[in-house]
Amino acid sequence: MKNQSVKKNIDWICVIIYSVLVILGWLNIYSSSLSSLEDTYQKQLIFIFLTIPLIFTILAVDAKFYEKYSSVIYIIGLLSLAGLFVFGKTIKGQTNWYSFGSFGLQPSEFVKTATALAIAKYLSDSQINLKDTNRQIQVLSILALPIFLIVPHDPGSALIYTIFLIVLYREGLPAWYIWTGFVAVVLFIFTLIFEPQYVILMALIAILIVYWRSRLADRNIVASSIVFVLIAAFVLSVNYVFENVFKQHHRDRFNILLGKTVDLKGIGYNTNQSEIAIGSGGLFGKGFLEGTQTKGGFVPEQHTDYIFTTVGEEWGFVGSLAVIALFVILLLRLIYLAERQKTKFSRVYGYCCAGILFIHFFVNIAMVIGIFPTIGVPLPFFSYGGSGLWGFTILLFIFLKMDANKVNEW
Amino acid sequence: MRKLLLPSIIIVAASLLLIRIFYLQVINDTFKLKSENNAIKIQYEYPERGYIYDRNGKLLVANQASYDIMVIPREIKNLDTLEFCQLLDITKEEFIKKIEKATVYSPRLPSVFLPQLNKSEYAAFQEKIRKFQGFYVQKRSLRDYEVDFGANVFGSITQVNEQIIKENPYYKSGDLIGKQGVEQYYEEILRGVKGVKYFQKDKYNRLIGSYKNGKYDTIAVQGEDINLTIDAEIQRYGEQLMVNKRGGIVAIEPKTGEILALITAPSYDPSILVGRQRSKNYTLLYNDSIAKPLYDRGLLAEYPPGSPFKILTGLVALQEGVIDEQFTVFCRHGFSYARGRFMRCHCHGGALQLHRGIYESCNAYFGTAYMKTINKYVKPSYAVDVWSNHVKSFGLGQFMGYDLPTGRRGNIPSSKTYKRIYPNGGWRSTAIVSNAIGQGEVLMTPIQLANMMATVANQGYYYTPHIIKKIKGENIDPKFKVKHTTTINKEYFTPIINGLFDVYNLGTARGLRVDGIDICGKTGTAENFAKIDGKRVKLEDHSIFVAFAPKDNPKIAIAVMVENGGYGATIAGPIASLMIEKYLRKKITRTDLEKRILERSLRDRYAILGGMKEANAIESTPKDTIQKYKETKTNTATDTTKKSN
Repeated sequence: MKNQSVKKNIDWICVIIYSVLVILGWLNIYSSSLSSLEDTYQKQLIFIFLTIPLIFTILAVDAKFYEKYSSVIYIIGLLSLAGLFVFGKTIKGQTNWYSFGSFGLQPSEFVKTATALAIAKYLSDSQINLKDTNRQIQVLSILALPIFLIVPHDPGSALIYTIFLIVLYREGLPAWYIWTGFVAVVLFIFTLIFEPQYVILMALIAILIVYWRSRLADRNIVASSIVFVLIAAFVLSVNYVFENVFKQHHRDRFNILLGKTVDLKGIGYNTNQSEIAIGSGGLFGKGFLEGTQTKGGFVPEQHTDYIFTTVGEEWGFVGSLAVIALFVILLLRLIYLAERQKTKFSRVYGYCCAGILFIHFFVNIAMVIGIFPTIGVPLPFFSYGGSGLWGFTILLFIFLKMDANKVNEW
Repeated sequence: MRKLLLPSIIIVAASLLLIRIFYLQVINDTFKLKSENNAIKIQYEYPERGYIYDRNGKLLVANQASYDIMVIPREIKNLDTLEFCQLLDITKEEFIKKIEKATVYSPRLPSVFLPQLNKSEYAAFQEKIRKFQGFYVQKRSLRDYEVDFGANVFGSITQVNEQIIKENPYYKSGDLIGKQGVEQYYEEILRGVKGVKYFQKDKYNRLIGSYKNGKYDTIAVQGEDINLTIDAEIQRYGEQLMVNKRGGIVAIEPKTGEILALITAPSYDPSILVGRQRSKNYTLLYNDSIAKPLYDRGLLAEYPPGSPFKILTGLVALQEGVIDEQFTVFCRHGFSYARGRFMRCHCHGGALQLHRGIYESCNAYFGTAYMKTINKYVKPSYAVDVWSNHVKSFGLGQFMGYDLPTGRRGNIPSSKTYKRIYPNGGWRSTAIVSNAIGQGEVLMTPIQLANMMATVANQGYYYTPHIIKKIKGENIDPKFKVKHTTTINKEYFTPIINGLFDVYNLGTARGLRVDGIDICGKTGTAENFAKIDGKRVKLEDHSIFVAFAPKDNPKIAIAVMVENGGYGATIAGPIASLMIEKYLRKKITRTDLEKRILERSLRDRYAILGGMKEANAIESTPKDTIQKYKETKTNTATDTTKKSN
């Protein structure tokens, strides 16, 4: 009876888009794996088949379960991350794997879901008001814990967690968080492009203009000075961190993006090759299994983080447009579903789900087409890898289960 | 409104991605090329270039294998630079420069490192090639010249430059292309089509199989052999006669328009432009701005033709009916054609009719005939156009459409010309009378002179001069089979031809008769000036001679022009008659005359134009070049450079 209602109430649009993306992903992995001797496409096929029992399990579990045990799930997630320091296996410079024989598991792929559940649970208390500074500190702590545990292994994917700020903003977090974040990003980029003293000078001029233009009553020399000092300190520390804390390969990634260094054989190779592969696809692409770059294996990590290059090369702009459109429809659909949830828990979780999928989608493709630094983030449902596929599947289907269950939520 | 933030970000972000992807895939098309460079290896198979034969089937130009050392900069590993440089006889600086140049072109694509090694150099290199990772040898076919003449006819082959690559996608870096001469004009026929094989590469540059199962692969098509209309024997002989002189000779078979000889002097041995010395030698030839060995004087040198033009003046006057054979002019060693204007004449004077007018080359006679032609019509502008059209029907004043890549129009003035010179009008026949004797505004090239003689020999028609006789497996351009008829009636040619015949018997070329061959000819001299130290100096006249023979069944028409050779009968005339004798008899009876011409050097005359400098430049070049450089081949007593050594 219960299954009957899930089948009737589950959002089939999302399920179909999900299935299409997974199948398209597999076709592209198949194409890209022909250049190597590894049997990645066979393994991925196994991973895909294993998602079927996984999905049925998720849908079979009572929707209340996720809310009830969200804290436990969160804590298990944190422990799994902490355990990496002891038992972790290093693959390609990143210690974020547990190894079980030939089979590896990446806990960070599941911790995103756990964090989303924890945040949803925290905010589900109607008493919570995010205008309250203490509340802000508490909710940001939930966010900060996994970030701290991930940064040492994989600083890039810590970036994923910034999307939670947007979710919190939706739930009442003051706008200045977003603004501060925005200004920080802008200052960060400017500092890398220009010398820090010029950036500070520009900030000073900007503050003076704002000060001059505002009404007399609003002028606050102390506040303006503090803002200026903070900006200057931030700029100088970014510069310091960039020059002294970042490792050379991190600096390189930024420098390449900013066009400061061109080294097509070394660090710039990945981005250059992926741009060539995508660019050579043209309007209609070279056709399935006809990609010369894909066949030649020129793009490193093509089946994982760079899987979109295969789409670009073999399916052209039309194919890229279709994939991006599928993602956009899925994301907007998820937000729509989230907004019509009857409980705050499932709404926040749905929002988190859409946000996490979005930031992966954006960062991954932006990196592949050379407008974002090289950060190892998979393309949801597309990229090769069991942990990633299952992580996103769990993330999505927990929400679809909640959504299917909402008729019972009275 | 907080709900709208995430959807807005999603839409903006997705649009951003799509714009960038659209830019990469649709707007910017450099990636396609880069991807091909990346992933597809193209292997070319160069077909052998077609051979070149003369009209009698004598092989002139064949091929030899040549070997280019190619380099792929990023594949160079553990190279013993010292050994490498020693083996190829280059300095370390050269090595570094060449590698840098290749790397700039592309680190992953092959560039020519050292072109055109000969067989022994190649063998020495090949022996050790496994020690030199990143280098390999590409075999190409280069020209092998069987003769040491005809450089201007053949042209040469050279590596394509960037401009050619850009304009014609057939050519890739390192390919060879014909430059000048028939190599350029018949490039596509001689070249054939190279074959292409595509291979899919992987990121290690290994070939992993044929690309799309060879769907785009093509097989090389051999270049076709061609026969030229050139007669190797008289081409060689003409070049020999022109040693130490400057000028051009063009000989045409009147009945077909086939070019029997096309000679320019100074010339050079075509084989100096083959192999590793090519660029050095080419630069040397190219920079010789005084003797201009690369300048084909037979096709490009425009001069006022002088007396030979009187033939046309006479023919037009006859056609227009203003004179007939009996028309008489009284020559007082010149004639006064307007008040205070006098045209001097070197003939014997007295009363002349057309026949004597021609063989004595009387200026007064043809000046008068020309003025009558112009004065026939009320308006001189109309009359000039009538005259001009007659003359142009001989193929003058225009590109003739022959199958060689260079040429000049020459000039035959028309009413438009004089409208430009005299914008206010008011000019009359007296102003343009110099045209009558081939001076004034008239300009002709040697090939046009030769064609004029061929037309006279044919009594009123010509075929467009051409140098192609036969293309294996293909027809030559049908335009060479089209008969061009002049506007002059056939009967008017007879008195003119009789006059030209007596040039040898009674006139200006009396000393040049060949027993048993009836030659019709005409001497000419063209005044010329040069600027030396800022002053305009009159130099020795250019010596010109036109002829055809035999009179009754013409087999050869010829024009000879020798720069600063003096009077037409002194150098050009003897050369023309020797050429005719050689062509018709295959041997020379007048060995004294032959010896005199072979030994005649005009180098001292050219010296004032800066010939010293030119001679020194040649002396300072490697020995083998000097020997092959024709002009210095026969050192004569007047050779100043010889003494300075």
